[in-house]
Amino acid sequence: MDIGKDLVAASATPLVLAILSEGESYGYAIIKRVDELSGGRLQWTDGMLYPVLHRLERNGLVSAHWGRSEAGRRRKYYRLTNEGSEELRDQQRQWKVVNETLGATPFQLFQLVPQVI
Amino acid sequence: MADEGSVQVLDERISEWRSYLRRRQAIASTDVEELEDHLRSQVTDLQEAGLDAEEAFLIGVKRLGELDTLSREFAQEHSERLWKRLVVADSEGRGTQWGREALVALFMAVAAGVAIKAPELFGIRWDGEAGTLFYARNITFLVLPFLAGFFAWKRKMDSASWPWLGALFLAGAVAMNAIPFDSEGSTLVLAIVHVPMALWLAVGIAYAGGAWRSHDHRMNYVRFSGEWFIYYVLIALGGAVLMALTAFVFSAIGLDAEWLVATWILPVGAAGAVIIAGWLVEAKQSVIENMAPVLTLLFTPLFTVMLLAFLVTMVVTGSGIDVDRDVLIGFDLLLVLVVALLLYSISARDPQAEPGWFDVMSLTLVICALLVDALALSAILARISEFGFSPNRVAALGENLILVVNLGWSAVLYARFVGKRDGFAPLERWQTAYIPVYAVWACIVVVIFPMVFRFQ
Repeated sequence: MDIGKDLVAASATPLVLAILSEGESYGYAIIKRVDELSGGRLQWTDGMLYPVLHRLERNGLVSAHWGRSEAGRRRKYYRLTNEGSEELRDQQRQWKVVNETLGATPFQLFQLVPQVI
Repeated sequence: MADEGSVQVLDERISEWRSYLRRRQAIASTDVEELEDHLRSQVTDLQEAGLDAEEAFLIGVKRLGELDTLSREFAQEHSERLWKRLVVADSEGRGTQWGREALVALFMAVAAGVAIKAPELFGIRWDGEAGTLFYARNITFLVLPFLAGFFAWKRKMDSASWPWLGALFLAGAVAMNAIPFDSEGSTLVLAIVHVPMALWLAVGIAYAGGAWRSHDHRMNYVRFSGEWFIYYVLIALGGAVLMALTAFVFSAIGLDAEWLVATWILPVGAAGAVIIAGWLVEAKQSVIENMAPVLTLLFTPLFTVMLLAFLVTMVVTGSGIDVDRDVLIGFDLLLVLVVALLLYSISARDPQAEPGWFDVMSLTLVICALLVDALALSAILARISEFGFSPNRVAALGENLILVVNLGWSAVLYARFVGKRDGFAPLERWQTAYIPVYAVWACIVVVIFPMVFRFQ
């Protein structure tokens, strides 16, 4: 299933923040986690994650440092900051509202009606 | 499992890919490194799943995304790199857009030139006594609205911002003409100096297309201002040569062209050049690109050495600062210069880069400036009651305070960054967040000072 560009962009921030709330991580592992959590249904263009991470870093929501991978390569690790946790809580509230509003509309039922034509 | 041959193939492919990526201005070398780690992790996983090196590499690269889209995304996030204007490939339709922009800029420049001469229709000549005063009060409103208009048009500023921008200029014009300044008083001179400052920042609203709250847009406006100043000085130099030669060649055939130069070429050229310089900075960013940071790089060490030498000399000779009435203005200028050096070194810096020697140098400069200013202030404050609180001195003190607060906190943030306890972003944000303070202060000087000092 292809998820629209706007929706992918909108959900990227809360998803990344939420994944980082599980603990420090790096780009490739975050992508794998998204893949795993969505059962492969949510596909990102891998490279697009990095501008998102850099934006979060610049806004102080995550902090980054260079470390080493198991294979000895330089690898940039990201960690949630206190501000990031706050932002995550805030996003949570916002998504809840969106979710509940959508749930109250015929949106949910709509899918169930079989297409006649 | 990965045999030697496939490792070699992979390394070759990746190094090709890397050098291809490096050509993209928006993707810094640390980003390339980060993406390479990603790619290699992906390739390793794919190889473990049974693919050979070549296939794994191809799939990994594909998953990273198309290079153009990727570098556009990076450019959007890292607008300081975008400032170099080499990334976003808006090649189609660029010619016509460029031509239209040149036309609008030319139109605005001519309009500013007309506006500057228009008061003469009402008998206000700028070499007459009353005329000089009129022009000194109003020159800002005759020129800057056209620069603001150009950017508002170019950035397609949202319609909600138009009335605000208009109101700001109108409020400035009303303040300058309705406040009953004493024409000999220093509050008038202060207002004349501060109004362009306040409205230059108002032009920034148009420059940001209305989104002036954005820190990125503010930083871009700082970059623009520095480049604009350099272009304007260059145009002024060329204009001076043009005027001198005009007067010379006509005098060679016995005609006096000086009146033409003084009443037409100089005022119209000076006004029009404000808009033309603004347009040039926009259009030619990559030609003399980023002169301001280059000058900063050159002068930061020199000023640091100068201030250090000054401090050492003061300590060794034990001589105090000789306080006279105007010494405060001199130290204000010093602080303005240091803030400018700091601002332009920040604006050109890659926020993701690790602290280096230049950061240590900048930090030293800021600390030296603060020390020197503290010495000067303590000497001045001790004698301020003797001099009395004239408008000039209060303005100079207020400005000193504003700059010291800026530099003081900058020093703290910079020290944290150099000590690797914090990133670079807080320092950048502090500087952009501070910009409205200057605007508010300029407004206070224009509007509140005359009332407090009875228009003297």
